[in-house]
Amino acid sequence: MAQQPPPVPPPLALVDAAKSFGSVKALQGVSLTLRAGEIHALCGENGAGKSTLVKMIAGVHQPDEGRIEVDGEPAVFARPADAQRAGVAVIYQEPTLFPDLSVAENIFMGRQPLARGRRIDKAAMHAASDALFARLGVRIDPARPAKGLSIADQQLIEIAKALSLQARVLVMDEPTAALSGVEVERLFTVARSLRDSGSAILFISHRFDEVFSLCDRVTVMRDGRYISTDPIGELTVDAVVRKMVGRDIAALFPKQDTEPGDTVLEVRGLTRAGVFSDVDLTVRAGEIVALAGLVGAGRSEVMRAVFGVDRYDSGTVSVNGRALPKASPAAAMAAGVALVPEDRRQQGLVMELSVERNATLTRRWPLSRFGLLRSSAEEGTAREWAERLQVKAGRLTDAVSTLSGGNQQKVVLAKWLATGPKVLIVDEPTRGIDVGTKSEVHRLLSELAGQGLAVVMVSSELPEVLGMADRVLVMHEGRISAELSRDEATEESVMYAATGQRGEAA
Amino acid sequence: MAPESTSPLRRLLATREASVVGALIVTVIAASFWIEGFATGRNTGFLILDIAAIALIALPMTLIVITGEIDLSVASTLGLTSAVMGQLWVMGLPLETIVPLCVVLGAVLGAVNGLLVTVAGLPSLAVTIGTMALYRGLAYVVLGDRAVADFPFSWTGGATARIGETQIPWVVLLVIGLAVVFGVVLHATPVGRALYAIGNNDEAARFSGISVRMTKLWLFVASGAVSAVAGVFWTLQYSSARADNAAGLELSVVAAVLLGGVSIFGGSGALAGVIGGVLLLGTIRNALQLADVSSDTLSIVTGLLLVISVVAPNVVTRLKERRRATAPPPDRAAADSSPSSSPTVPAPSKR
Repeated sequence: MAQQPPPVPPPLALVDAAKSFGSVKALQGVSLTLRAGEIHALCGENGAGKSTLVKMIAGVHQPDEGRIEVDGEPAVFARPADAQRAGVAVIYQEPTLFPDLSVAENIFMGRQPLARGRRIDKAAMHAASDALFARLGVRIDPARPAKGLSIADQQLIEIAKALSLQARVLVMDEPTAALSGVEVERLFTVARSLRDSGSAILFISHRFDEVFSLCDRVTVMRDGRYISTDPIGELTVDAVVRKMVGRDIAALFPKQDTEPGDTVLEVRGLTRAGVFSDVDLTVRAGEIVALAGLVGAGRSEVMRAVFGVDRYDSGTVSVNGRALPKASPAAAMAAGVALVPEDRRQQGLVMELSVERNATLTRRWPLSRFGLLRSSAEEGTAREWAERLQVKAGRLTDAVSTLSGGNQQKVVLAKWLATGPKVLIVDEPTRGIDVGTKSEVHRLLSELAGQGLAVVMVSSELPEVLGMADRVLVMHEGRISAELSRDEATEESVMYAATGQRGEAA
Repeated sequence: MAPESTSPLRRLLATREASVVGALIVTVIAASFWIEGFATGRNTGFLILDIAAIALIALPMTLIVITGEIDLSVASTLGLTSAVMGQLWVMGLPLETIVPLCVVLGAVLGAVNGLLVTVAGLPSLAVTIGTMALYRGLAYVVLGDRAVADFPFSWTGGATARIGETQIPWVVLLVIGLAVVFGVVLHATPVGRALYAIGNNDEAARFSGISVRMTKLWLFVASGAVSAVAGVFWTLQYSSARADNAAGLELSVVAAVLLGGVSIFGGSGALAGVIGGVLLLGTIRNALQLADVSSDTLSIVTGLLLVISVVAPNVVTRLKERRRATAPPPDRAAADSSPSSSPTVPAPSKR
């Protein structure tokens, strides 16, 4: 790709890097060269491996294969301090400052200038902070506490800290996600001036307008693999989207066609201030409705409110025409709603308890007689569902934490299917599970819909959405931005709606 | 896989409850040998009366600690109940009315704790340290430094009466009855299953439709009511209503619960173990008292047992982990923490 080698060795490069977590290959053969005086964009869907890559550059993860090069020389980042010493600084979406310390103390944490008697020289520290902010062209009082500063200002403090550490490589991981328009412009001004003074910047964003207005080159990743690197001038939004999603979806299990029945779940005008607003959603028996969108669009939050684990401010949720009370998972369960949550380990299962206890946790009352649990009934139910879903477990009395991720997910499905639900909400049903179990889960969902269950599937994986769903609702920043029929839903149309770019194609 | 450790009997013997019972047996045998007057019917009767209040309060405490909370106000609830009982008696109410009122009062005091923990969302450790001081203070407001001691003998004698010709006080039946109730609730009802789920991961419990707040609220109410029952018993047993009754008893209760194998972090433990813990603690204290050991030393022993019962499981897990780390095949994760108080042995799995 690189025809003419740059005269100066790049301050940071990743060569053929690979990283696995257990059996999951998070990154494979990824190369990335960050040049001085250049802003480099990194694009990819959720789960494409961007975060893993950032953590590798930051010294949090070490590559299993391949290497990191600093100024053309191989380097090992065994810990974040090594990366920092090499001049790498990472600005995260949510900065982590010490809220009760002053701005200047946050910048010089652990490196405070000392006066006589080993006392901290506040005057020198404040002067140095002022100088840093002057370089960035912003005004923040170094003496004020970090608490109460906007996210944008907090990011600037992180950048000032990076400058004070002589950082030459600045990684910005979705820095604009929580910023307003003016704040984004200010951040861009800072980024451009840093580039012009010779820094290398890696910029990660889901917003194509930002990528195109700020960046010089774009690298696209997909499924943990490197796809391409091109100068921005040779790309269009369409081309980037195609590179991000271009994938063979025929391999996935397609949903059987079913005749949708009556409306089962109806959500009207559901709103929670600052999280999601005015969400309408209708799911009929036998139908799989996918809720697509980027991470943070508010999809899981809506589903949690529907199930009653979270509150909402206004709107209604009804099942078979009967309104559900707010914030009562027990009432939702009684009405036939089941939620397979996003975070299997924290929300779906009690990891320390046995497979049997987990599988019957939702069935405690029906399995008891005169208030007493019959252990034979508990064991029978657990055994029945473990067999139906082919859970691979040594003993049903083994702690569920000893199972593989895919089998754990089956236990979560078992505990909810055992309740005989009318509405099944699954949130990222196949995240982090192996390919074999994944297609089993898809086949199961398809069968359940065939039996007349109303299924809502939150998924960040486009092939899953397109392969499984009868209808696709796309959320963008807390609102439903598009409703697409099975025929209308394509990788491009979903991606556009998810990034709030509706209609810009064509 | 450690091959032999899977036989049901071995698994039963490896539980914390079994080691508590083992320690109890060793203590009883040793005390019978070396301490004069220990192995007598008379002393057994005294021992039981001595630990009755601890045993009663330890029952709801077990459930509370299993959900990951704690109630340190129990001894103060006992003291306030005792003071109110004395004051109402002085005012001329009959005991038939006073006793139920006291139990209701205890439930209300427990509900205050419960509401502060569940509705206000405060940590129970902080809440009940506060109410521990508050309730004890109120007890002094009610009764001051006075002691009310003129309860009728038909009641006070009844509190310490023995069953038939034996030396065993009837209060044993109350303790056993309540222990069965709490044991069944914990180990054989939907509520009990919920308690373990909450203690291990209250978020997953909520996502399973368990009402975490209501459950905890009722546990604190039960704790208050049972502490009040213990307060009534205490007052009649010593024929003395005082504001400082049972001061510091909460530490003995917590020590007994932890000694019995309930995890201070919540999520594991069994009621049988706690009964063992109460008996072990009571036996050790009783034996030392007979051996003329000073009360300061007794306090040191209680404190040491408390620390050991918290530290020991951690040390054991560390050692196990280290052994597993050095052994070639890393097999099953730590022995499951599921309760197994009932002697029913899990049926051997087919596969």
